Amino acid sequence: MATIFKRTSVLTDVPFHYCPGCGHGIVHRMVAEVIEELGIREKTAGVAPVGCAVFAYNYFDVDMYEAAHGRAPAVATGYKRVHPENVCFTYQGDGDLASIGTAEIVHAAHRGEKITTIFINNAIYGMTGGQMAPTTLVGQKTTTSPLGRDKDHCGEPIRMAEMLATINGSAFIARTALNNTANLNKTKAAIKKAFEAQIAGKGFSMVEILSPCPTNWGKAPGEAMDWLAENMIPYYPLGIMKEV
Amino acid sequence: MIKVTIYENQCKGCGLCVRACPKAVLAISKTHLNTKGYYPVEVVDQAACIACTSCAKTCPDVAIEIEK
Repeated sequence: MATIFKRTSVLTDVPFHYCPGCGHGIVHRMVAEVIEELGIREKTAGVAPVGCAVFAYNYFDVDMYEAAHGRAPAVATGYKRVHPENVCFTYQGDGDLASIGTAEIVHAAHRGEKITTIFINNAIYGMTGGQMAPTTLVGQKTTTSPLGRDKDHCGEPIRMAEMLATINGSAFIARTALNNTANLNKTKAAIKKAFEAQIAGKGFSMVEILSPCPTNWGKAPGEAMDWLAENMIPYYPLGIMKEV
Repeated sequence: MIKVTIYENQCKGCGLCVRACPKAVLAISKTHLNTKGYYPVEVVDQAACIACTSCAKTCPDVAIEIEK
């Protein structure tokens, strides 16, 4: 018998601290598998964010940094410019990337930094207890929008992938989701293309991944996946926004 | 011969694998608790497995291994 699926050795043996049904664990596995498949383990460094994935450095068996809130692209810029032959990725949530770190991500893309960003969009602040994020959908109830997000007061959710795709320095920008097996396969393929774009020196690459937050959405894990498909995908269309 | 192995102490009983399986090979235990205090997933119909790996791909805790 041959093993056709097993835990990649690029993940450490540390159990994930995430809630049951959280998308972070799925994406951690995919990133680790891509690093293994591309044979770049010994020359890869990751940058962990602030947010639920703050302990990502415990889970990846590659060199890892922990950046100040939202500043992962700035830390990755420094690493990549000192070690241009190496590979660097940032792993960020929507509170980190689309809120406090908007300046860093926009200008990292604008400078055409040859880094890869894995962006987890779950439409809510997870770690701090389910507050409204810039990506929260109109009408979505959170602890700071108990009547649902009001677009006249808070604006409409920001689409980061589309925005970054307009910037000349970006080379590969895609949005995928985790809600079914087909989309899981597309997500891993997109992560691989993003790393390949960096290795080829084409420019900035990012994959935005629509991911469930069952705890803060107040849903069972399976229901959260259905909610994601019914509510998030219509507003955040999937696909490759840019590929050069 | 296909073999699905569940590392039950990594499992948090979220049930995403049960939802992803097209052949109802998996079910959440109703009686047995793991060391984390969750009801873990169990293999209930090994013979029905087609080795599509959908369960393992959706597992957020990488608790499933598949041999064929």
